[in-house]
Amino acid sequence: MTPDFLNTIEVILNGLMAGVMYSLVALGFVLIFKASGIFNYAQGVMALFAALTLVGFQTGQIPFAHLVNEIFGTQIHHWGPGMNNLLAILLTILVMIVFAWLVEKLVLQHIVNQEPIILFMATIGLAFFMEGIGDLMWGADLKTLDVGIPSGGSFWWEDVTRTWVSEGHEYYGMYIDLLDVWAAGIAVLLVTVLTLFSQYTKTGRALRAVADDHQAALTVGISLRSIWVIVWSIAGIVALVAGIMWGSKSGVQFSLSLIALKALPVLILGGFTSIPGAIIGGLIIGVGEKLFEFWIGPLVGGATENWFAYVLALFFLMFRPQGLFGERIIERV
Amino acid sequence: MKFAKLLVSLVLSMSVTGVAYSDLVIPSLEYRTGPYAPNGIHFADGYADYFTLLNERDGGIGGVPVRFLPCETAYNTEKGVECYESTKGEGSLVYQPLSTGITYQLIPKATADGIPIHSMGYGRTSAANGKVFSHVFNYPGTYWDAASIIVKHILDQEGGDLNGKTIALVYHNSAYGKEPIRTLEKLSEKHGYNLTLIAVDHPGQEQKSQWLQIRRERPDYVMMWGWGVMNQVAIQEAANIRYPMENFIGVWWSASENDVIPVGEGAHGYKAIAMHGVGDDYPLYDDMRKYVLDAGKAAGDGSNLGKVLYNRGLYAAMLAAEAIRTAQELSGESDITSEQMRDGMEALSIDEARLSELGLPNFGPPIQVTCENHGRPGLGAIQQWDANTANWSLITDFTGADREVVDALIAEDSAAYAAENNITPRNC
Repeated sequence: MTPDFLNTIEVILNGLMAGVMYSLVALGFVLIFKASGIFNYAQGVMALFAALTLVGFQTGQIPFAHLVNEIFGTQIHHWGPGMNNLLAILLTILVMIVFAWLVEKLVLQHIVNQEPIILFMATIGLAFFMEGIGDLMWGADLKTLDVGIPSGGSFWWEDVTRTWVSEGHEYYGMYIDLLDVWAAGIAVLLVTVLTLFSQYTKTGRALRAVADDHQAALTVGISLRSIWVIVWSIAGIVALVAGIMWGSKSGVQFSLSLIALKALPVLILGGFTSIPGAIIGGLIIGVGEKLFEFWIGPLVGGATENWFAYVLALFFLMFRPQGLFGERIIERV
Repeated sequence: MKFAKLLVSLVLSMSVTGVAYSDLVIPSLEYRTGPYAPNGIHFADGYADYFTLLNERDGGIGGVPVRFLPCETAYNTEKGVECYESTKGEGSLVYQPLSTGITYQLIPKATADGIPIHSMGYGRTSAANGKVFSHVFNYPGTYWDAASIIVKHILDQEGGDLNGKTIALVYHNSAYGKEPIRTLEKLSEKHGYNLTLIAVDHPGQEQKSQWLQIRRERPDYVMMWGWGVMNQVAIQEAANIRYPMENFIGVWWSASENDVIPVGEGAHGYKAIAMHGVGDDYPLYDDMRKYVLDAGKAAGDGSNLGKVLYNRGLYAAMLAAEAIRTAQELSGESDITSEQMRDGMEALSIDEARLSELGLPNFGPPIQVTCENHGRPGLGAIQQWDANTANWSLITDFTGADREVVDALIAEDSAAYAAENNITPRNC
C-alpha cells in the first residue's frame, strides 16, 4: 500500500476515535431528551462539574475552601492526601445522583408540563449556576486528571502498520492514541450497559414507557419524578465518563464545558432520541471532519473542523430533519 | 428637614468621592472565570499583589496610595469594553487589557479619552510606532520581536543555516494567533526555510488533525502561538506523537506551568520565549511574603508566587508603577492624570541598577521607552521546561530581534493604520 493510502486510513481511524469522544458527550443529551423532552444545555457543564468533583476527591481538596477562608480568615485547602481512583469515582457518582435529585426537586418539579422552550431556558440557568458553584467549590485553576488510563501513541500499532507499506516507500507507521482506544472501549461498554438496562430491567422498561408516552406511563402508575431523577443520574454518570476522557487529554479546566459544542452536530445528525444514533452520528462527524481537514483543509487555510461538523449536520437536516435515527414527528391538525 | 438631610448627605458623599479621586487608580481587566481563567488568575494575582505590596510597604507610590479596580472580562471582548467604559471615569491611569481582542477595541477609544494602554507583549504589534499610536505601549517586546527571536534561536541551533528546513506554526485561529505570520513569511524569504501554517480553532480542545499533519510532514521545528487549553492539548499531542520537545518552541503566552504540568514527563524539554526571569529567587519576593502573603492581603492563596504568569503580572505592575514614578517626577505632582501617566510611560527608563533597587536583579532587560518607539527593548530569552524538577530555566541570554525585518513591518503596518484612520504621525 502507498503511504498516501495508509495516511488516509490513519485519518479515518483517528476520525472514528474522535467521533467516539464526541458521542460520549452526546449520549448524555440523548438520555435526558428521550426521557423528558428537555434539551439539556447544561450537559457540557455537568461533564466539567463531574470532572472537577472527581479531581477534588482524588486530591483531598476541601470544597468551598476559598469561600470559607474569605469569610472566616482561615487557611484551609486540603483535608488530607486524597483518595484512590475507585473511591473517588464512586463518590463522584454519588454527588451526581444527589445533583440529579436536587435538579428534580428544585427545578423540574416546578416547571413540569411547561413549554419545551421554558424547560430549555431552565437548563441554561442551570448551566450558569453549575459553572459558578463548580468554581466556588473547587476553584478555577487548572487541574491534572489521571485515573490510570494509558495515553500516547501505540508503539505496537506503529510497528505493525509500518510493514504494510509497499517497498521503496518511507513510512513511519500508523498513529493511534491509546486514550482514544480506551475511550472507544468504554463507550461500547457504556452503550451495552445502557441497552441491557433499558431492555431487561423493570426501571429500564419504565424509562422507555415514559419516553414513548408520558401520559400513558402515568396512567399505569409510573412515577415521572422518580424516572427523571434516574435519567438525570444516568446522564450525570455519562457526563462523568466524558469528563474523565476529555479531562485526561487536556486537564480539567472550565473550557471543558465547551465540549458540548462538539456534541450538537452529532445530535442533529444522529437524532435527539436515539442512543445508537449518538454513536453513529459521532462516528460520521468524526470521520467527516477529519477527512475534510485532511483533503480540503490545506487548500482553505485549515481549522475547518468546527464549522464543517455543523455544515455536515445541516446537510443531513435537509433530507432527514429528525436525524438518522430520530423519531419522525407527525402532528395532525 | 428632609431637604436639609438630603443636602448634608449630598455634600458628604461628594467630599468622600473627592477623597477617592486623589488615589492613583489602576483598573485591572482580569479574567478569573471562563475558559481562560487558569492563566488569567495567575496574571491577575501578580498584578494585584505588586500594588498591594507598594501600598502596604511604601504607602503607595510617591506618597499616594494605589486604588485597584478589578473588573472581570472572562477574556470576552465585549465584557472587556464594558469594563473599560465603567472604570474610565474613575480616573484610571492605564489599562492592561490582557487580551489582543480587547486591545484592538480599546485602541481608538482610549486614545480619544487620553488614557494610555499597556499591551505588554500582545495586542497590535505596530502600536510600537509611537508616532502613530500615541497612547498605546507594548514594551518590553512585541509578537514580531518574539517570532524573530525564536527564528534566531533556531538559526543558532542549526549553525546559522535554515535553507531547506521546515518550520511549522501552530496558531490560535484568531487575530492574536495570526499576528506572527507576516514576520515569519518575511523571515522565511530571508533565511530560506519553508513555513507551514497550521490553524487551531478556539478553544483548541481537539487537535488530532493538526498533529497528524505534523507527524506526516515532520517539520524540523514547530512554533506555537496558543493560549489556554490549546497549549496543553498541543504539548500533549506533541508528546503523544513523540515530537522532539527541544524543537517545539512557544511564544511567551504558551510558556506557563499550566501548559506543561498536565502533560507530565512528556513535556520535558519544551521551550518557549521569555520576556522576563523565571522563579521566585528575587529579593522582592521576601517583601511580598512579609507584607502581602503573611498579612493575608494576597489576591490569591499565594501558591502561584514565582510562576511564569504571576511573574508577568507582577512585571506589568512594576512597569506601571515605575511609569507613575516617572510621571510624578516629570509633572512635579504626586496625584497624576492619565495624560501625565502617558508622558511617564513614554519617558520610562529602567536600568539594571533600578531593577536591583526594586529587588528584581536581572529580572528583565533594561528598558528605555521613547516617543517614536513604544515597544522597546524588544528582547527575549529562551526558557526550557524541566519536568523532573518542575521548573523553567533560562537557557539563553536576552537577545534582540531582526530589526531590519521587524522595523520595516512595523513602519508599513502603522503607516497603513494611520492612513485608514486619518492620523497624522507625531513629530518625535
